[in-house]
Amino acid sequence: MTDRIHKSAIEVRDVSKVFGAGDSAFKALDHVSVDIRENEFFTLLGPSGCGKTTLLRMIAGFTYPTDGEIRLYGQNIAALPPFKRPVNTVFQNYALFPHMTVGENIAFGLEMLDRPKAEISARVEEMLALVKMGHLKDRKTAQISGGQQQRVALARALAPQPKVLLLDEPLSALDYKLRKDMQIELKRLQTETGITFIFVTHDQEEALTMSDRIAVMSAGKILQIGGPRDIYDRPAERFVAEFIGETNFLKADVATVADGKADVVLPGGTRVCARLAEGFVPHGKVTVVTRPEHAAIVANPDGAHLRGKLSSVVYVGTDTHFRVALESGESFCVRRQNSLEQGAAFAEGDMVGVVLETGAAQVLKD
Amino acid sequence: MSTLTSTANEAARRVEAQDIRNRWLLSAPALLIIALAAIGPLAIVFVYSFLMPGSYGDVVWTFSPDAWIAVLLEKDIFDGTWSIADAHLSIFWRSVWLSLLTTVTTLLLGFPTAYFIATRPERTREIWLFLITIPFWTNLLIRTFAIQELIRNEGMINTLLMKAGLISAPIQMMYTDFAILTGMTYVFFPLMVLPLYASLEKVDFRLVEAGYDLYASRWRVLKRIILPLVKPGVIAGSILVFIPSLGSYVTPRMLGGGSKMMLGNLIELQFGQGRNWPLGASLSMALLAIVMVALMLQVRFAGRQGGNAHG
Repeated sequence: MTDRIHKSAIEVRDVSKVFGAGDSAFKALDHVSVDIRENEFFTLLGPSGCGKTTLLRMIAGFTYPTDGEIRLYGQNIAALPPFKRPVNTVFQNYALFPHMTVGENIAFGLEMLDRPKAEISARVEEMLALVKMGHLKDRKTAQISGGQQQRVALARALAPQPKVLLLDEPLSALDYKLRKDMQIELKRLQTETGITFIFVTHDQEEALTMSDRIAVMSAGKILQIGGPRDIYDRPAERFVAEFIGETNFLKADVATVADGKADVVLPGGTRVCARLAEGFVPHGKVTVVTRPEHAAIVANPDGAHLRGKLSSVVYVGTDTHFRVALESGESFCVRRQNSLEQGAAFAEGDMVGVVLETGAAQVLKD
Repeated sequence: MSTLTSTANEAARRVEAQDIRNRWLLSAPALLIIALAAIGPLAIVFVYSFLMPGSYGDVVWTFSPDAWIAVLLEKDIFDGTWSIADAHLSIFWRSVWLSLLTTVTTLLLGFPTAYFIATRPERTREIWLFLITIPFWTNLLIRTFAIQELIRNEGMINTLLMKAGLISAPIQMMYTDFAILTGMTYVFFPLMVLPLYASLEKVDFRLVEAGYDLYASRWRVLKRIILPLVKPGVIAGSILVFIPSLGSYVTPRMLGGGSKMMLGNLIELQFGQGRNWPLGASLSMALLAIVMVALMLQVRFAGRQGGNAHG
């Protein structure tokens, strides 16, 4: 993986965007830089107002950066109007043309590129087949369901074979089941077409399911870029750890640092080897995070990393959630997957130990 | 059993009869107004168009198709031969032509205006709409005098142009078709802008973004996305401008003078100085016929539009 040379499809270089002026000025993007590789499924993840949609709209050309460069395969496109960029968008509300049929919607981009008629109709058929909508070609867009509209929007944006496809929370209007199906469908389309996808979402599960890489954004900045596993297992900052999944935060003291790892002293006095973000050298008091499923409850507190009293045991079908009131006063959550052969049974009030998996602890930057 | 059923049927019938009676009673006021205000006067005009003119106005109650013949033909007073009524035809033609031109000019001026207003922030839109409608609340005569003041030979435009040395003699603008067109465009402008605005305001401008995203230039977005979506507004505005234009009276009277008459002036002439009420009535019916044709065309266009919208 590391020895492969990645070609950049989109390079965002030190881009800032300020809306308004003077006292009411709002910095939507604050010196953002990111490289999006060719053929990857890249996700911009963050809460609403974090700047992810602004960045996407900037790549599409609907808004222009106050500062910085956006390069598409090396060419600076920051000042080009949207209709001169080989980039297409799937809009949040789909924005299908209501006065056109499904087929006419899909053909629109190709017609605007003045492609020959025969090529257009062939391509429209191909796209309809790709999104499995062939039977609805002559329907008006108001006559098809939300999920079908979603597929048409995808087909319309893919038809002109853009260099990059931008997706602006396209699944947010669908119900849960359909959203699940579309996640798999989107990933399939991306693999089949080999087009670079840039996907914007606030849904961490969506991001983890589909993405090759994720950029977590907050307040106009990119906090961490990495694969789903990097982001989930090794959050570099508190915001990333909190925003994605459930996390335990523990106060700890750094004892020694070596080889990108740190020995830290946990509350209760035990030592554990914690991982560090690249190039980060911590000292003194730090916060260590651990995912609930990367720890186990043991009956014998001796030799465990942490010890405390079980304050709650909740059975949720697939998992059992344990909450341990640590002696240091902090609370620690452990998640255990249920199976037919249950391990040791625990009850509220038991004194237990918590054992962390090797590499489960991660030192936060802040 | 059967008696029970028949009693039930009887009761149902009675309820239904009551229902029908109630419906008639409830709609009676509306029907009465339609009869008194629309059908009644129209029927009188229709009947009058088949009567003879009285010497001092009014009508003589004798059946005669003369008024209808006189709409298109005229009898030579010396030899009694019939020929085409050129004067009437040219007035018809001027009316239709000027009304069409007015519709087109208001559309060309109104569309950018309505687009501008529809794309303003919500709060300022109301101010713009208010500005557009102010002239509409001002007396028509006063507005027309204002235009006279602008375009007459000693008016503002000619004076300014002469002072600037661009022309040596005033340009004759009053009492021309141009003057009538200017006046009518000005008068009917809000009637075009308002329905256009109502349509444009409903346009989802994200569709415009989608158009740009799919390589459509600004012109193509206008042609392929915005115009099809605001077609109902274009049709409504055109009808609202075209129909009253056809029947305009004050504007052509004041700006066109006696030589550039339109249908409204011709009809007024027959009921006034002409003392030919039947001819006035038949001309009115002819005007109505033109309006009906225009409306039928609209229904056909709108029908096609509806077909487009709903498949």
